[in-house]
Order: sequence, then structure tokens, then C-alpha cells
Amino acid sequence: MAQVNRSPKVYDVCVIGSGAGGGMAAKILTEGGLSVVMLEAGPPLNPEKDFKMLTWPYELEHRGAGVGGFARARFSEFLAPNGAWTIEGEPYTSAPGSNFQWFRSRIVGGRTNHWGRIALRFSPIDFKSGTRDGLGADWPITYEDLAPYYDHVESYIGVFGTRENISSAPDGVFLPPPKPRCTELLLKKACDKLNVICIPSRLAILTRPLNGRLACHYCGQCGRGCVTESNFSSSQVLIPPAMKTGKLNLVTGAMAREIILGKDGKAQGVSYIDTATRTEKRVNARAVVVAASACESARLLLNSKSPLFPDGLANSSGTVGRYLMDSVGSDGFGILPQLEKMPPHNHDGVGGMHMYIPWWKFDRKNDFPRGYHIEFHGGRNMPGVGMFDHLCHREEGYGVQLKQRARQVYGTYVGLSGRGEMIPNPDSYCEIDPDIVDQWGIPVLRFHFRWSEYELRQAQDMQATFRSIIETMGGEYLTKTAIDGKHPFGISEGGRIIHEVGTARMGPDPKTSVLNGYCQTHDVKNVFVMDGAPLVTNPDKNPTLTIMALAWRASEYLLSEAGKGNI
Amino acid sequence: MSGPSISRRDILRTLAISAVGGSVLQVIPAEAAEYVHQMVNKEKAAEPSGQYKPKYFSAHQYATLVSLCDAIIPKDATSGSALEAGAPEFIDLLTSENDQYQLRLGGGLLWLDSFCADRYNTSYLGCTTGQRKEVLDLIAFRQNAKKDGALSQGVAFFALVRNLTCDAFYTSKIGIADLQYIGNTAVRDFPGCPPIPKT
Repeated sequence: MAQVNRSPKVYDVCVIGSGAGGGMAAKILTEGGLSVVMLEAGPPLNPEKDFKMLTWPYELEHRGAGVGGFARARFSEFLAPNGAWTIEGEPYTSAPGSNFQWFRSRIVGGRTNHWGRIALRFSPIDFKSGTRDGLGADWPITYEDLAPYYDHVESYIGVFGTRENISSAPDGVFLPPPKPRCTELLLKKACDKLNVICIPSRLAILTRPLNGRLACHYCGQCGRGCVTESNFSSSQVLIPPAMKTGKLNLVTGAMAREIILGKDGKAQGVSYIDTATRTEKRVNARAVVVAASACESARLLLNSKSPLFPDGLANSSGTVGRYLMDSVGSDGFGILPQLEKMPPHNHDGVGGMHMYIPWWKFDRKNDFPRGYHIEFHGGRNMPGVGMFDHLCHREEGYGVQLKQRARQVYGTYVGLSGRGEMIPNPDSYCEIDPDIVDQWGIPVLRFHFRWSEYELRQAQDMQATFRSIIETMGGEYLTKTAIDGKHPFGISEGGRIIHEVGTARMGPDPKTSVLNGYCQTHDVKNVFVMDGAPLVTNPDKNPTLTIMALAWRASEYLLSEAGKGNI
Repeated sequence: MSGPSISRRDILRTLAISAVGGSVLQVIPAEAAEYVHQMVNKEKAAEPSGQYKPKYFSAHQYATLVSLCDAIIPKDATSGSALEAGAPEFIDLLTSENDQYQLRLGGGLLWLDSFCADRYNTSYLGCTTGQRKEVLDLIAFRQNAKKDGALSQGVAFFALVRNLTCDAFYTSKIGIADLQYIGNTAVRDFPGCPPIPKT
């Protein structure tokens, strides 16, 4: 680059990424008195313009199917903005024999704008997995270390739920849950018969006003983003208080390229591409918090090569990019004839399930390690594209009889989604692709991914459970899965559940881990990683709540170390 | 108000206020949503259109598509047809942007005409009502393709048109009303499930 634009200002901390981890770091650090510059690769968010809350499908030219119908089978165009499986000009690759899918959001708030809001604590035993069954490693911290921060996060962002005293699903600080929907009442009844635990779900959605934010108005559209800020997103709940301190400088359109290492072995700042002008710029900071999402953070570390770290910054262990995990996912659905007679009623509720099944077989011997939870969907949702695909496939035909069947089956479908724990394996990791750079000139990631027998057996168990629940409800289970092929037992492609974590894991030993228990790199004391990358295991609880609890704890540690002059 | 974005902001502000308010709760958001909808319609009406000009399909192809959409979801005692729901326009729009659809639908429409030419010596549109019904009764059911392999491409084509027609109908105002969906509005409390009728 002929000209490098250098800003003379030195910030206390540069935070890379504005999602759950980066947003939390910015809030805690600025409120603690530090000056923070935040680099976000995407544009600013304008909820009033960008969110499609309460929009009807017919108000959009493409009715939610997206240009060319390309959004039809995946996330519809109603989703809160700027997330995609592919981003033009920013490819990633999969090694031969692997197929990893990577969902990235380039926008302030990142994936928290559209996420499922499922906010589950990891359980005490999840931190001791290696000891428990000999697979993988233990965490360097315990549940007790993190519990106060779970309390802080839940109290601040607002999570509904109920106290249940289930060992696999620790209770938290909860707002009252919404009433169950019809489908969920029937699911609960079936679960009771089967001795499957079914309890109110735990979502980061306000059923009561909290910290100046309005309570939910039950339009069922959290994924579209919420104009009344009644659900959690980093862009609406974490960035604004950080801004209010006057100590946050949020730079959008800033694609981080490299963390610059000084001669003293400490990070000095970050060079980034200003995407609007396609020029390289640089910010200086006394500490760097990498929170770009697990794989993007690994990419940045691996691309930050120096004589001291020829294999990437803070990568003396060689484990950056390793231990890549997603959640095991397998879905199924059934049809419940008893719902055909339901009078029309408002079924929307919050933007997610009101009830769910936590891992319930923790006290018995299973033919796979660890466990999974089951999420619910279905019922009288707002009609949308693809809603009657199954009817069209199954019953076929045309004409008035097709319309009549559509009326009859509308609202009678119930979906079940199993989300389980993957054991890290040596065949699942990301690395820098030797041949390809993105449009910003930054080398891209190449993914390697493989499910092991453990995950396949778990998916098989999910399918059997789904069937038994639907059939106990008097319904017909309609999902058919093969035992082999591309998706045995309906198992998702790696990355598809968007819970990719573990690429810069914590650990007590600098030879086998990247970070210590405070998300601080073993190798470079003023570099921290605060997203999904630090996770040692990926239990069946969605990672976002834990990412925020870890980031809060790590940020307090950073503050205290900065106060002592150690950073 | 100086433009649609301001109007929308006002609506959303109204909504935010009403979500914490009292008795007006059920009313204002519905009005707001209706207002947005009218705004969109007004914008549409302002366009110099009149007769819809297909973006992708030829006049003959489009007329055939119109006929198929109408057959898949016709008007009945409860609601209007897929044509009233804008299905042909919707399918034409998506097809103009998607080369896979161009191939499958463009090619499929030709397949249909060739099939009719072989059987009845005329195009699909040239067929009598009875002849069209014979054709649809063959290609609207997958089991027919199992019995007669020569039908399989026609069955696959019809399945795609049927899916897209359902998409268009059930995302339209009349289609959503047909299903008696209630929601997409702000309520103070979620009421839960009404009593489930015994079967």
C-alpha cells in the first residue's frame, strides 16, 4: 500500500467486532473509564429503516422470497439485515471432502440483530467435560467463576424463564415467561407422558420493561429486529450505553487486516481496510480485544504474522483455528390433526419458542457422549413463502381441493429442532487458504470439517425422540432421514447452526491453548479474544449468553490489569 | 412529513408509545400497519403502468402461466384466485432474476406445449377446458410419473409452478385472510391458547 494513513491518537483499547462479545467489552471497558475504538467491518445500523417489523409479505416486492427467490429456502428477506452465507467479494473455502457453511454479519451488532435469543447457561459439569468422560478438555474456569457474570448479563439484558432446578440447565435471573402456545401445550402433555422434561424456554426477550427498554408486544418477529428494543441485540442494548460514556469511537466500514506487534512483544494497534475508500488505515491502542466472531478472529490472528509469531499472533501453541465446533443439528416435523378444529387466534407470541426440552437424559447411560436440547416451532404463524411446500409435495393436485387442504392443515404443523454438543476432533479446524485473498486483499479461511460417530449417534437419537413425541401427541411424524449419505439422520452441515466456536480456546497450558481463563492470550498480554473462540467445549446450550458472561468477566480483568499497569 | 422514511418513523414511534399504553393498544398498531400498506399501494399506483408487462416471459408464455396459476388456486366461495393475489407477476419477477427458474419454467412451458401438440395437435392454451384438465390431472400428481416416465419432467415443472403459486397466494392479503391468520400486531399480553376442541 503506497500510503498508510496513521492516526496519532492512542486509544486504551481497540475492540474488533461489535457483536455480543465486542459490544459487551465496549460497554464494560468504557464504563470503567477506558477510551475504546471499535472497528466494525459493516455499516451502521438504522433500526427504523433496516428492520421490517410488522411488515406484511405483500408489502415487499419479493414477498419475502428475496431477489430471484434466492432467500426462499434459507433465511427470508425479513431477517434483520446484513447476514449471509456468502458475501460478495469475501469468499471462504472448504477443503476437499469438507463442506462448512459460515454465516457472517457485517453490520453494527453483528449476528445479534437476528439471532434466536435463546439464552441458556452452561451447567457446572459442562466446564469439566474432559474429566467427566475423557473426551476433549476441561475449562480453566468453573461454573462458580462464571455464575456471577451470568447473573450480571441476565439482569442487564433481560431473559425470561422459570426456576426449575435441573442440573443440565441451571436457573438464572429470570423475567416471567409468556404463556404457552397451543402447539406447546400439546408438546408438554406428550413430554409428560414420555417422562421428557419440558419447561418454559429462556430467551433474551423482555416480558417486562427493563432498563429503559419496552416490554415485548408479542408480534413474533424478533428475527426481524425490534424497533422497540424489547429483545436483546448488541446494537441496541450494549453499544448505546458505551456511546453514552463519550469514550467509544465506533468506526464502521473498517475491515481489520492485521494486529500490529511492537518490538516489545505487545500489540500496538490494528491496521484495517477502510472499505469505503479501499485504503489501509491504522489505529493505535494499548490493548486489543478481538471479537470478530470465532472464525473471523482466528483468521485475524493467523494473518497477523511477525518474526516473533511466524505462524500468527498468539499462536505459539499452533492451536489457533483448531478445535472448531458447531452444534449438532437435526430437525423434524409432524402434523397434528387435532389442531385442525382450533378457532383462529393470535399465536404469534415472542419471536421464538415459549417452551423447550432441556437435556433430560443426563442421569442415564446413552450411546453417545454429552447431550442435546430440543427447540419447538410451528403452529399458526404468519403465512410466508414455502409454508405450503410440504402440502404441495405430499398431497399434490391443484384447484379448490388444494385450497381446502391448505385451510385444513394451516397451523397444524409442529417442528422440533435438536441442538447438541459436538466433541472437538482433529479433522475440524480452519486455516488460511494458501491461494485466495478477499476483495480487501486479506487471505481467506479454508475450513476442514467432519462429524464423528458421536454426533451421528446423537442425531439418530434426536430423530427417534422427535418421532416418539409427535406420535404420542397423536400426530404423524413426517420427516424422513437416511442413515448414510450427506446428512445421516438429518444432521446439519457443519456451521449451519451458526454456533461455530472454539478456534482460540482457553486452557491452563500455553502449549495446548491460546487463552488463559480471562480470555487473555498466553503469548501477548495485551491481546484478548472475547467471542465464541475461547470456548473449550460447545455444550447443547447456545453460546451467546456464555460469550457475554465471559466477555464481561474478561473486561473487568482487563480493567483491573490496566489499573495495575500490567497492560 | 417529508417522505416515506419519516412517515414510517412516525408510525414506529406511535407503535412504541402504544405498546406501553392502555386501551388503545390493539387499535393504533393496526392503523399504523394499514397506513404503511396504503403508502405502498399509493407508491405502486403512482407508477405509470396499466397492463402488466412481463419482465421475463413472452406474451404467450405469460398467458400460459396465468392459466396455470388460475388452475392451481382458483376463486372459490371463500376467496379469490391466485391471479387476484398477483401470482403471475410474482413468478415473472423472480424468474427475471433467476436463471435456474428461467431454464426450468421457460423450458417447462415449452415442454407443456409440445406435450399438448403431441396429444391434441395444439398448444396448451389452444386446448379445450376438458383437454387442459386431462393434462393437469397427469402432471399434477407425482405417482403418474412413476407409472409413465415420459411425464416426469412435466410433473417436476408443475410442482415448481404450484409451489411458487402457493407462495404468491399465501403471502397476499387475500391469501392471508383466507387462512384466517390473526397477528402481526402489537398486543399488551400474549393471551395463550384458547381451549382446544375435543376431536
